[in-house]
Amino acid sequence: MSYENATLEPMRADTASPMLEVDDLNVYYGESHILRGVNMSVFPGKMVCLIGRNGVGKTTMLKTLMGILKPRSGNIKLDGKSIIARTTDQRARLGIGYVPQGREVIPRLTIKENLILGLEALPERPKHLEIPDEIFELFPVLKTMLSRMGGDLSGGQQQQLAIARALMGRPRLLVLDEPTEGIQPSIILEIEAAVRRIIETTGISVLLVEQHLHFVRQADWYYAMQKGSMVASGSTSQLSNDVIQQFLAV
Amino acid sequence: MLSGLVDGIFSGISLGSVLLLAALGLAIVFGLMGVINMAHGELIMLGAYTTFLVQNALKNTPLFGIYIFVALIAAFIVTAIFGLILERGVIRHLYGRPLETLLATWGVSLILQQFVRSVSWQLVAIVAVFCVLFFGAMTIVARRTDFERIRGWFLAVMLPLSAVSAIAVGNVLGATYKLAFTKEWFGARNVDVTAPRWLRGGLPVAGTQFSYARIFIIVLTIACVVGVYWFLNNTPWGLRIRSVTQNRTMSACLGIPTKKVDALTFALGSGLAGLAGCAVSLLGSVGPNTGQNYIVDTFMVVVVGGVGKLAGSILAALAIGTANYLIGSNTLVDLTAPIQPLSDVFAFFSTISMAKVLVFALIIAFLQFRPGGLFPQKGRTVDA
Ligand SMILES: Nc1ncnc2c1ncn2[C@@H]1O[C@H](COP(=O)(O)OP(=O)(O)OP(=O)(O)O)[C@@H](O)[C@H]1O
Ligand SMILES: [Mg+2]
Repeated sequence: MSYENATLEPMRADTASPMLEVDDLNVYYGESHILRGVNMSVFPGKMVCLIGRNGVGKTTMLKTLMGILKPRSGNIKLDGKSIIARTTDQRARLGIGYVPQGREVIPRLTIKENLILGLEALPERPKHLEIPDEIFELFPVLKTMLSRMGGDLSGGQQQQLAIARALMGRPRLLVLDEPTEGIQPSIILEIEAAVRRIIETTGISVLLVEQHLHFVRQADWYYAMQKGSMVASGSTSQLSNDVIQQFLAV
Repeated sequence: MLSGLVDGIFSGISLGSVLLLAALGLAIVFGLMGVINMAHGELIMLGAYTTFLVQNALKNTPLFGIYIFVALIAAFIVTAIFGLILERGVIRHLYGRPLETLLATWGVSLILQQFVRSVSWQLVAIVAVFCVLFFGAMTIVARRTDFERIRGWFLAVMLPLSAVSAIAVGNVLGATYKLAFTKEWFGARNVDVTAPRWLRGGLPVAGTQFSYARIFIIVLTIACVVGVYWFLNNTPWGLRIRSVTQNRTMSACLGIPTKKVDALTFALGSGLAGLAGCAVSLLGSVGPNTGQNYIVDTFMVVVVGGVGKLAGSILAALAIGTANYLIGSNTLVDLTAPIQPLSDVFAFFSTISMAKVLVFALIIAFLQFRPGGLFPQKGRTVDA
């Protein structure tokens, strides 16, 4: 796929080499071509936002990154090493923390068990299965209902649980798919603040798919997607009204 | 007459315990992987044969008194390993294809039935030599990085080569050692397990006797149910199994090695079938078809109980076991003797196979009212 669009510039951050590199990725559902030669990169300690209208293939991109979908061609590198042959659980243990669209909290497990499962991504399972205080500082609401079933939480609470669960595995790259979808404004602000604090305190990279302009502006860099191709990218500080009009459902 | 009913219920409960033991493994596997293992009955049979072998090995030794415990452990291990081979070799390749899995495991069940009929030292030697040659060569060749490329070529050469050499070795050994080597271990006839002395006889209760063997089976089942429950709820692997059962993709995204979970669960389910086989061997003689006698009822327990519900399986197993026994024996006929027409109906159904017919009819009627079983999944889980 060639870049017809002049605004598509790959993200360049100082001198560091990218933490995540996606190279000419082609993904199909059956015979329908969903991702068409997608390229993108995420640099260490940066927050990158992927925007685009409904159904352009953002979730497909993240699922391919996690290994849930197999690409027909292309490559994905984490810290310079290809992970394309790795299984989903191996990728998680390599340090990719995934918060999927729809949250996917395990319904008939308690909040505590859901959080404990987040530890599975650690290379070595710790002896004492404790939930660190930072988690509860980020999401105080979870502390009061550790023994409730995951499926009984409200949507906003489930979202917070899903993010907390991903953080339990101390990922190097946190991948968030529309974390504010269907959530009331006050909780959106809480989630935004939590993500910002995570980046400040842990220095991990974040790849975010988002529709809310306010949240998009928190990112360092954006990639815009249309019909399965990357068509624009740049620093979010220069996010023009044109781009916003075209790629965000505002 | 009352003692007849008490006796019937007691025997029914012990039969239900065997069903529960068998259904437990089947239900865990089905809940986790959506795989219906048609060979589960044959795993029960293998457990029963293992019990028979252990009994023979320990006859005339001081350990004979407790051979049943050795047999339980051996049956669990043998069937668990067998289940592991089955999962790694066959079922793993068929995930997400229920129909093919059904057919393949059915094929395996037929192979296993024939295997116990014709197993002899000769057959064991042939299989062993074949495995050593074929898989040994595979391991050596697989060290080369391009195994995928030469796979077809490798199979075309090694498969016939190993098979021919294995058969040749088997025949040579057979010709040398004659009958001792070629004689079948069990043959097609049934074999009998004799319970150790302390399991014979029974406990006198209300004018009847509760046989110790049946009490032992009930206790064994309770121990297994409690053990499985504890394992699923209190161990790291139990948590992983529950997680994968509910959401496989997300579990993988969290870093849970789903393939290991599958293999472990299948081994556990198969091991439980082995324990059930041990129990079965105490109830009667054991033959190549033993598994077939239990498998259908076991499926019924899983369906009636509601998939993935321990409490449902327990109730269903007890109900189906008791119903089968009460209808199949003459208990109900005697009991309803004062009401002539009812008694005639029960008399008509009072053979083992006719009892099954009636129980199936009842199950089908029941499923019309509660298609999800006794305890269907409910709450947010369903739409989550
Ligand atoms: N399981 C599937 N089978 C077939 N097609 C699918 C499947 N999942 C998604 N698609 C199609 O792939 C395309 C991209 O879907 P995707 O979920 O990646 O979109 P998205 O950008 O995440 O949209 P949204 O903003 O609504 O979440 C859509 O056109 C969709 O119809
Ligand atoms: Mg999406």
